[in-house]
Amino acid sequence: MTQSLVTDEVEEVPPAPRPSLADAAREYVSRVRGGDVGPLPAILGLVVLLIVFSALRPETFTNSFNFANLLIQSAPVIVIAMGLVFVLLIGEIDLSAGFTAGVAGAMLGVVSTRNDWPWWVGVIVCLATGAFIGLVIGVLVARVGIPSFVVTLAGFLGLQGLLLQIIGEGGTIRIRSETVLAIMSKNLPLWLGWALFVAIVVAYAAVSFRQLANRRSRGLVAQPPAVWLAKVVGLALLLGVCTYYLSIERSRNAAISSIKGVPIVIPVVLVLLVLFSLLLTRTLFGRHVYAVGGNAEAARRAGINVARVRLLCFVLCSTIAAIAGVLLASRVNSVTPSTGGGETLLYAVGAAVIGGTSLFGGKGRPVDAIIGGLVVAVVANGMGLLNQPAAVVFMVTGLVLLLAAGVDALSRRRAAASGRA
Amino acid sequence: MTSTTTEEGLAPSADGPPLLELRAVNKSFGPVQVLHDVDLTVRLGRVTALVGDNGAGKSTLIKGIAGIHAFDSGAYLFEGEPVHVANPKQANALGIEVVYQDLALCDNLDIVENLYLGREALRTGFLDEIAMEERAAETLAGLSVRTVKSVRQKVASLSGGQRQTVAIARAVLWNSKLVILDEPTAALGVAQTEQVLRLVRRLADRGLAVILISHNMNDVLAVADDIAVLYLGRRTAQVESKDVTHAEVVQLITGGALVEKGGQVVVTDPRETGAES
Repeated sequence: MTQSLVTDEVEEVPPAPRPSLADAAREYVSRVRGGDVGPLPAILGLVVLLIVFSALRPETFTNSFNFANLLIQSAPVIVIAMGLVFVLLIGEIDLSAGFTAGVAGAMLGVVSTRNDWPWWVGVIVCLATGAFIGLVIGVLVARVGIPSFVVTLAGFLGLQGLLLQIIGEGGTIRIRSETVLAIMSKNLPLWLGWALFVAIVVAYAAVSFRQLANRRSRGLVAQPPAVWLAKVVGLALLLGVCTYYLSIERSRNAAISSIKGVPIVIPVVLVLLVLFSLLLTRTLFGRHVYAVGGNAEAARRAGINVARVRLLCFVLCSTIAAIAGVLLASRVNSVTPSTGGGETLLYAVGAAVIGGTSLFGGKGRPVDAIIGGLVVAVVANGMGLLNQPAAVVFMVTGLVLLLAAGVDALSRRRAAASGRA
Repeated sequence: MTSTTTEEGLAPSADGPPLLELRAVNKSFGPVQVLHDVDLTVRLGRVTALVGDNGAGKSTLIKGIAGIHAFDSGAYLFEGEPVHVANPKQANALGIEVVYQDLALCDNLDIVENLYLGREALRTGFLDEIAMEERAAETLAGLSVRTVKSVRQKVASLSGGQRQTVAIARAVLWNSKLVILDEPTAALGVAQTEQVLRLVRRLADRGLAVILISHNMNDVLAVADDIAVLYLGRRTAQVESKDVTHAEVVQLITGGALVEKGGQVVVTDPRETGAES
């Protein structure tokens, strides 16, 4: 009886198949149909929005001044959203990230303007403030066990008060540091913009090719070289068009002041993107973040210190929000009691979710924040150019968010039905 | 894992030195004594089934072995040496791995990531994906698992049997000597049950010791070499599965006992003994 079950022998493992371009395309289509849509809806939405607004306002929406403006405007929300990706990945939320940015920005003002210390001391204090706020939230959530919704709601209110306390009723702290102000208002020289473009494309091509070659030589399944080439060409085209467009003179009166080149904030955001993507996909910590978000009990049994991972996610989120605080302060040359308030946080949550990060944890990438943040920024910018009142802008943005969350829910249902949850 | 296992096809022997031996272990939770002087012998290369009705103490016994809560008294011998296992880490260090009923896999991670969860391979500070993928593929091939399409599949897309396979593969990836399986076939269909039982048998044939908890007597008789029966916290019998029938095992589980009758060991019918007393 027992013997009949033992008979099968270990067979020679067949060499890994070499998928062709068509295989890869079929695989992708079947994945999307199975509900694993990734950022596809957000990208399609972005394209549709760009086409609609370009058709409605061909002059004002598409000119390069507005294009650069849109990118600069979206940067703080995108950066906060990148931080939120870390807490959303573990299935938590941080409602206080907006005012964390405000308080951290205020500390930058206090140190560099009121006390007249060098700008970099201000930035260090700003980031340390963010990290400290994150530490407090993280301890309360991960060690004490208070739900993150409540802790960060309290943080939302408390930090708003703290910001008012630091700055004073109706007051402002001006930011005078040229370096800080340059981030959101100055551009790279044209040659540096193009040099950066070439460096990014070459680096991406080289790194991804090495990975591909390495997998092939070890006999593992690797994507076909045609897919690699398509990705490199796609990236080069996208960045090339953007760089070209940003290199056009966009000042109305170029004789008085010339505005051209890639805004400094763009490489800043790209560096953050690469950094956080590496952290999440290539390090032990990143792997454990996904594990905790997917199944915290499994992570605990595997010996992962779940509380520590959760704590670190909150510290990271708030520290990244502090970076956004620098951008917010730089954008308007000052910090006020409403910096980081209003719709900042909700736009950031919306950006992460629209980009494809799940509110249920375990699914999401830093690049989602950029795609979603651009969708939010395009809606706000385009509606503004259509001379729509704020009321309509809010309602439309709300609908876009609802649509994105709906796509998330539907794709999850579809994924559950096809076993790809 | 091949380094510690013996030759494949090693004949299971009832007389080999035991890997794990429990002698007269007791466990109480407050005033309730759950285990009474339980003995258990587990040998390398053999599947030892642990059977008993609900509340017989099976879970408490394996939790004691795995170090989740230590026994109150009694001897715990591993490879002939008395050891003290007070927490799961110490059990893991000895080479004991438990696959729980709820599989503890991360749906959003792929097979390789799940196999290495918590023990990821690193190279210059970063995850060494290639090394992990190669070894994961080797391990699955070594267990003759050919039902998964790609080791880079998300676990969410796997069937129940495949998920169980991944959970078991994870337990054997780490040079383990004793693998404890808690109801591995409880939620599976016929074909998948067959697939998992085959894997269980293969583990023992590769030289590991396996403790299998199951309510399904067909499964037990199909793969187990030894059957240990618990009844109300006492181990009433440990027999070789070839010596007993389906009905006899059921009788042992429901309170029957082994008695000598006319030079032969037979199992009493609990209904008869119940009538006598």
